[in-house]
Amino acid sequence: MQSQPALKPERRVERLDAVTVRFAGDSGDGMQLTGSEFSKASAIAGNDIRTFPDFPAEIRAPAGTLAGVSGFQVQFASHPIYTPGDRPDVLVAMNPAALKANLPDLKPGGLIIANTGGFTDQNLKKAGYDANPLEDGSLAGYRVIPVDITRLTENALHGSGLSAREIARSKNMFALGLMLWLYQRPLEKAVADLRSKFVGRPEIVEANEKVLRAGHAYGETAELFTSVYEVPPARLAPGTYRNISGNQAIALGIVAAAQLSGLKGFLGSYPITPASDILHELSRYKNYGVTTFQAEDEIAAISAAIGAAFGGNLGITTSSGPGIALKQEAINLAVMAELPLLIVDVQRGGPSTGLPTKTEQADLLQVLFGRNGESPVPVLAAQSPGDCFRTVLEAARIAIRYMTPVIVLSDGSIANGQEPWRIPEPSELERIQVRFRTDPEGFQPYARDPETLARAWVRPGTPGLEHRIGGLEKHHLTGAVSYDPKNHELMVRTRAEKIERIAREFPPLEVDGSPSGKLLVVGWGSTYGAIAAAVRELRRRGRDVSHLHLRYLNPLPRDLGEILSRFERVVVPELNLGQLRTILRSRYLVDAKGINKVQGRPFQVTELVERIEELLS
Amino acid sequence: MKATAVVGLTRKDFQTDQEVRWCPGCGDYAILASVQKVLPELGIPRENIVFVSGIGCSSRFPYYMNTYGFHTIHGRAPAIATGLKNTRPDLQVWVVTGDGDALAIGGNHFLHALRRNVDLKILLFNNRVYGLTKGQYSPTSEFGKKAKSTPYGSIDEPVNPIQIALGANASFVARSIDVEARHLQEMLRRMAEHRGTAVLEILQNCNVFNDGAWDHLTNKETKAENQLVLEHGKPLLFANGKKGIRLRGFVPEVVEVGEGGVDVSELLVWDEKAPPALAFALAGLASPTPIGVFRQVERPVYHELEEQQARQVVERLGPGELSRLLAGRDTWTVE
Repeated sequence: MQSQPALKPERRVERLDAVTVRFAGDSGDGMQLTGSEFSKASAIAGNDIRTFPDFPAEIRAPAGTLAGVSGFQVQFASHPIYTPGDRPDVLVAMNPAALKANLPDLKPGGLIIANTGGFTDQNLKKAGYDANPLEDGSLAGYRVIPVDITRLTENALHGSGLSAREIARSKNMFALGLMLWLYQRPLEKAVADLRSKFVGRPEIVEANEKVLRAGHAYGETAELFTSVYEVPPARLAPGTYRNISGNQAIALGIVAAAQLSGLKGFLGSYPITPASDILHELSRYKNYGVTTFQAEDEIAAISAAIGAAFGGNLGITTSSGPGIALKQEAINLAVMAELPLLIVDVQRGGPSTGLPTKTEQADLLQVLFGRNGESPVPVLAAQSPGDCFRTVLEAARIAIRYMTPVIVLSDGSIANGQEPWRIPEPSELERIQVRFRTDPEGFQPYARDPETLARAWVRPGTPGLEHRIGGLEKHHLTGAVSYDPKNHELMVRTRAEKIERIAREFPPLEVDGSPSGKLLVVGWGSTYGAIAAAVRELRRRGRDVSHLHLRYLNPLPRDLGEILSRFERVVVPELNLGQLRTILRSRYLVDAKGINKVQGRPFQVTELVERIEELLS
Repeated sequence: MKATAVVGLTRKDFQTDQEVRWCPGCGDYAILASVQKVLPELGIPRENIVFVSGIGCSSRFPYYMNTYGFHTIHGRAPAIATGLKNTRPDLQVWVVTGDGDALAIGGNHFLHALRRNVDLKILLFNNRVYGLTKGQYSPTSEFGKKAKSTPYGSIDEPVNPIQIALGANASFVARSIDVEARHLQEMLRRMAEHRGTAVLEILQNCNVFNDGAWDHLTNKETKAENQLVLEHGKPLLFANGKKGIRLRGFVPEVVEVGEGGVDVSELLVWDEKAPPALAFALAGLASPTPIGVFRQVERPVYHELEEQQARQVVERLGPGELSRLLAGRDTWTVE
């Protein structure tokens, strides 16, 4: 298809600061691929981006139904952003169900690109529409661009020899091509990705590329749009960047932790949404000194990792809430045996099976208190997809230095969401010190380092250091089974003290905003972005609001209590019913208020702004 | 892994300073003595031996062995040992478990260790009762068993550990008896030689909660009638050679041998390498009860497959370089 320059319509280029686009279609429509390719093009063009995929738990829910709608939202901007955007400016709807499910989120006056070919009588009925919303005037408050993507895709592939099904599956490329055109992005990256994705299937590559280019050319020639848009590059810190999801960052963090410690990494895991991608990713890295073991169940997964740790390796297990519940007894074994272990909990909506593909922060109390006995375990939470990398490295360092299991909390929104990540220079990656005891002279299995209170790590195979450990209470030096009441109390208190001492190494907390004042918003984990953006907005409005983000949930930072006391009011937004708030209230006797949401979705910036405003008034 | 040099260790080297705390008269003492007798013969330095156990009377075993030891949680020893062996193939890893630990709470891990053929030596003490929790019926207790939790008799059909192991395609499956020291030690040596998961069911007497469970096999008066010793390549004879096992179709039957009975040549000649269905059929016999090696075959060992795969990946892709991995495929630079 060649456009004729002479006929090219006059089109304005509108410069925008930030745009939020949501792609929505059937779960088989390829919306995730479309969204991530579009995001990639924006990132490569220099924008800051944040993405949020939102898909049903069913692999293929009935086509055309509301239950089967899969969405992918991306915000891209010419300035640093913190969230995937609250409400989309643009909705690409491949069928009526996609329109119906997502319309309530669209900004008033927002742009709808609707695939009219998907708006068949049957699909309208399945989505519960009595009349076609594209025709009955009900979308008058929006700008609707009807495009028969289905038919245009068929036309582009006429005579290609592909089956009707294969042709139908290519229509997402038309939408992608059109959107890339609308935002003035080059097609090259998407084409290159198609080639590597469908390696050995040149007919599919060719077809997809053809449709992609057809979508792009259609935008250019069809005179549907009076403007195209430009979102100039953001000023990010200098460096080399890539896009990264939280699960990818965790996998890379694990490889880095193994290499930086010089230990063999051993991941024991069992498939569970939304953590499985970590297992998938690591299983490809056998040449990086990491072994993956898909166990028979969650318990075996952590047990095998504990066995690896006993053998002097970096043991890791990854899971989500229901799996963590099953692992708790084994976590306690690692607490008692005082072995290093890395445990990743990618939280999802609960309780029970809950909302497997949706996000929530409701495992905090489970990981802190869900085990029998006095069982202190360090807990760190990642604040963004890229931050998962650093969090995992830090957790591994703590685990090894203090001979303890450490839990890293991520969640569904950062596990699958992406952001640009500045790739660390090798010099930024500090070695993780590992000291195995080899000297038999005076060895006692539970004798401790006076500073960290860690016992020595001994690799089996070391002559003269043969010893036995286990889950029964141990004599505080010899490690022999001990029922002595005083010894038990000493050991309980020592294990607690060991974990408390980790806080000595934390950097001072940083308050964003004034260091004291009217209101402090305290958050943890993936809500960082929404809270940071909301607090900035409030300050822009002249409100006295500061933000404190907690990476360490156990032990809590030593300066936290003092910081809380400097503010008249403390508010804790969480995607649960107030778990951190409960801890802050009991620990610091502070009358913290909560902003709580449990809808399987992240906070929107606007809702936080509103709720905080209410608290201020 | 096997040391070629004789290490010159003795039984004493494998004893710890811990007071052994099983009930007086417990069958576990005899098993401990046999293990401590055999280990020095293996030529493996004791620092390269690890005992991993779960929970139960038998699982106290590691505390009494002067090797590396890990007394873990109920049922999980095979899973913990799998992670250990897979990352430390240089170690000889023994698992000590019981009928409750391995077949009730840990049934899943037992099954999966066997089907993967992890190079573990599993000692399964079977006393047909829960001892440490003071006398409840176990997965191997006989139907109708009256125990603390079944005052009117158990309505659970028992499992047969040998048949479960065979069903999971275990590459080494054997049975012995706590007090048959010579036989037990021979079985321990055989397991130590085997590459892959070796399971040894040890019929063990709990003299407090289930005394005499195996009396018919150990009592001098009755044991000849009830013990059938499996020996590779030899006809199945017992009762001092007066009786034997013949196959009728697929059913093993007890026959009189010699005068008035059948000729030895009609008896089943034991073959450890035979298809597992034969061993399965034989394992179903209660009277006589077979002891010895039911099955010993070679099949790929888990950690070797793992190592081989890793080697192949390195050959194909080269050793992984962290900076390249972190960069991924699509990068851009901000000046």
